[in-house]
Amino acid sequence: MGIPYFPGCTLSTKAKNYDRSGRAVAAALGLELVELAEWQCCGATFPLMVDDSMALIAPTRILYQAQATGEASGHAGADARVATLCAICFNVLRRSQALLKRDPQMLERINWFTEQEYRGEVQVSHLLEILRDDVGWEALAERVVHPPLPPRRRGGEGGGLRGGEGGRLRVAPYYGCLLLRPYEEIGLDDPEDPTILHDLVRALGAEAVSFPYNIECCGSYLTIKEPEIPETLSRDIVASAREHGAQVIVTACPLCQFNLDYPQRETEAGRTGNEIPVLYFTQLMAIALGLPEEDWGLEEHYVDPRPLFAGMAKNT
Amino acid sequence: MNYRALVIGSGISGMQAALDIANSGFEVILVEKEPSIGGHMAQLSETFPTLDCSQCILTPRTVEVGQHPNIRLLTLSEVVSVTPLSAPGTGAGSGPSAPGTPAEAGRPPVGGGFRVRILRHPRYVVEGKCTACGDCAKVCPVVVSNEFDRGLAARRAIYIPHPQAVPALYRLDTTTCLGLFPLACGKCAEACQPHAIDYDMGPETIEEEVGAIIVATGYELYQADGHSERSEESAGYAYMSHPDVMDGLEFERLLSASGPTGGQVIRPSDRRVPKEVVFIQCAGSRNPEHGLPYCSKICCMYTAKHAILYKHRVPDGQVYVFYMDIRAGGKGYEEFVTRAMEEDDTVYIRGRVSKVFPFSPLAAPVSGASLPDDRHGKIMVWGVDTLTGNKVEIAADLVVVAAAMVPAEGSRRMAEMLGISVDEFGFYTPTNTEMSPVESPVPGVFLAGAGLGPQDIPETVAQASGAAAKVLALFLAARAEEMAEVE
Repeated sequence: MGIPYFPGCTLSTKAKNYDRSGRAVAAALGLELVELAEWQCCGATFPLMVDDSMALIAPTRILYQAQATGEASGHAGADARVATLCAICFNVLRRSQALLKRDPQMLERINWFTEQEYRGEVQVSHLLEILRDDVGWEALAERVVHPPLPPRRRGGEGGGLRGGEGGRLRVAPYYGCLLLRPYEEIGLDDPEDPTILHDLVRALGAEAVSFPYNIECCGSYLTIKEPEIPETLSRDIVASAREHGAQVIVTACPLCQFNLDYPQRETEAGRTGNEIPVLYFTQLMAIALGLPEEDWGLEEHYVDPRPLFAGMAKNT
Repeated sequence: MNYRALVIGSGISGMQAALDIANSGFEVILVEKEPSIGGHMAQLSETFPTLDCSQCILTPRTVEVGQHPNIRLLTLSEVVSVTPLSAPGTGAGSGPSAPGTPAEAGRPPVGGGFRVRILRHPRYVVEGKCTACGDCAKVCPVVVSNEFDRGLAARRAIYIPHPQAVPALYRLDTTTCLGLFPLACGKCAEACQPHAIDYDMGPETIEEEVGAIIVATGYELYQADGHSERSEESAGYAYMSHPDVMDGLEFERLLSASGPTGGQVIRPSDRRVPKEVVFIQCAGSRNPEHGLPYCSKICCMYTAKHAILYKHRVPDGQVYVFYMDIRAGGKGYEEFVTRAMEEDDTVYIRGRVSKVFPFSPLAAPVSGASLPDDRHGKIMVWGVDTLTGNKVEIAADLVVVAAAMVPAEGSRRMAEMLGISVDEFGFYTPTNTEMSPVESPVPGVFLAGAGLGPQDIPETVAQASGAAAKVLALFLAARAEEMAEVE
C-alpha cells in the first residue's frame, strides 16, 4: 500500500531520526510511505490565520501534490490521502483541508492563483491513525520482537517478559497540543483524555504511564524567542512524568521532543541523574519491532536513551 | 376521609411537617427509606448563619418525632403505590378526581384521600428488644464504607448510622452481610444478649388510607463522573477519584465533632493537617453547557461557613475560595460572608477553575531516584483571577468542591406515582410557583423542602410548616363539613 508521505521541514533537518525511524517501521509493517515528489514547508500554523488566504497556498500545494502522487499510484478520489509524522504539519494540513472543504470559494481562489487543480478530497492522516485504524494494535503487537524492557529487568529468552506489570518499560505518552486540538477539526482522539499513544505503547509490550501533564503545552516555538517559557513548562511536564514513575517519555511531535529533551541537557550545573529520555513513538516501535539499530536514531538526544535500550539490538 | 397524613421523607422538612400536624392532634405516618431520620441536616457540623451545632438543634426534633404518640414512624420503608380514593357523594368514580378539596363557594368539601401501599424492608433487628448496645457490631467481620460519613469512616454490616440515630436501633445490611444463616456467619445474633436479631424477618407491605400527603424527599449532591483529567466542563474535579478532593457534605463530616475525626480537619490520604485549602464554588451549577444551569443557592453560604470553621481549627491555614458571584440573600447572610472574607483572612478569587488533579499518583509508583518536588502529594488547582487577569495555580492540600444540589434519587418515580409534576431536573413543580409554592397540582398532595429546589434550612422549615398548614386546613374544613352534615 503506497501512501503519499509529507515529511515536512523539521523531519528533514533536526528530526531526521523521527523521519528515519518512521519510514523504517512503516516499511516493516507493509505500509509504503511514498514521499511527495515536490513539497515545501507547510507554514507551521501560520496558514491557519484565515483572514489571509496567501498563507493557505503552502498547505494547498502540499495537498495538491498528495493528490497527484495518489493518482500516479492509482489512488484517486476517496482513496486520496497523505500521511505525516510531524504533529504541527499534521495540524496545519488537517485543518487546511477542513477549511478548503467548507469554503469552496477559497479553494477556487487558491487554485486560480497556483494554477493547480486541487479537488479538495485528500484525507490527511497521522501515522498514529494509520496504525490504529489500518494496521490495528493487535497486528502490531504480533510483530513485536522485544517488548521494551529496562536493562536491569531483562530476563533471558529474547528479552521476553517475565509476567506481571513490574517488568515492563514504563513509558509515559506525551501528546502535547497540536496532535489533538481543536477537536472539531482534528478529531484524532479525545482532546482531554486521549489514549492513542497509550494503546500504541501497550501494543509494543510496555507499560503506559498516565500522568496529568500529558496534554499540557510544551511551549512550542517560543523556544526560539523566549526559551524560559518552554523550559518552565517542560520542567513541570517531565517532573509530573517522573512523579508517576516514567522511565521514558514518548511523543509524536519534533518540537515537543526538543522542548522536553533540551532543557534536560548537561549544563555547567551538572545533572541530577533524574533525567528522563524523550523518544519519538516511531523510535520505540523500531526497537520493539527488532529493526536494525541504525534505524533507531538514538544518537541525537540530549538525554541519552541508549543505556535504557542497550543490549536489545543483540537479540535481533 | 381519614384524617391522617402521610409524610414522605424524614429530613428536616418531613419532620417539621409531621410535628406540626401531629401536634394539632392528627395522626401522621412518616415514611423514611433510610434506617434513621434527620436527613442531611444530621450530617452537618454547624449551620449557617448562626454556626449552631446542627445535631444540637436537630435532635430535639428527631427525638420528638420518635416519641410522638401521633406519629407512626416507618423507617427502611418506601411508598410503592398511591391510589386516589373516590370522593363519596360526587359520583366522580375512582379517577384522579379532587379528593378532599376544601369548600368552594356553595359546595361542600368532599371526602376522599389516598390509599397508599408502603413496603417495609426488614431491619433484621427487633424494635423493642434492641438496646443499641453495639455488641453485634463488635463481632461483625464485615467492614464497609459508612454512607452517613460519606465514605470517610467504616461501619459493619450490622450497624447504627450514627450514635444519635432515631430510632435508636441497629440495622443489618444484607447487601454486605456474609449471609443470614449460621453457616455463613451468625456472630451478631450470638453476641446479642437481648436476642434482638432475627434473621427470619422479611419485607412487609402495608396498606393505609390517608387524607393528605406531603412529599419531602429532599436532595442529594451531584456526583460528577469524576474523571481525574477532565476539565470543569465535565463537572468532574477528580473528586470521585481522589480522597483529598471532596464535596461539601464530606467536609461537614470532617468538621463534625461527632464525625470520624472528632472534628479534626485532616487529609483523608495521609491524615496530615491541610494548610492550604481550596474551595470551589459553582461546581456543576450555573453551567448550561456542561452541567446544570441553575444556581444551587446555598453554596456561597456554606463555603463561607466552611472557610470560617476551617480557620477556627487550623488558624495558620490558608483558604482560597474560587467564586463567580457571592449569593448571600438571607437575613444576616451577607454579613456572614463578609466576616469570612475579612475577619478570617481568606482569599476570595473571582474566577473559575479549569482543572483539579493530584500531582502524584495515589499508589506509589515503582521508581528509581526521585527528585523531591514540593508539589509531591498536593492537589493542583488551575484557575483564573478575573479581577487581575492572571492565571492562578495553587498546590492545595485539600480541595472542597461545592457540588450542585440535585433532587434525591427517585423523585421522578415518586412524581409519577403521585401524579404530580417535576421539572427537567427532577425537582417537583408546585401548581403555581409564586402563589402556591407548597401545593402540587394534585389536590391533597403537598410539597416541602429541597425536593422543590435548592434551598436552605430556614426556608425548608417554613415551607414544611406551610405544607402542614395546608393539610390541617384541608382536614379541618373536611371535618367541619362532616360535623355539619351530622347535625
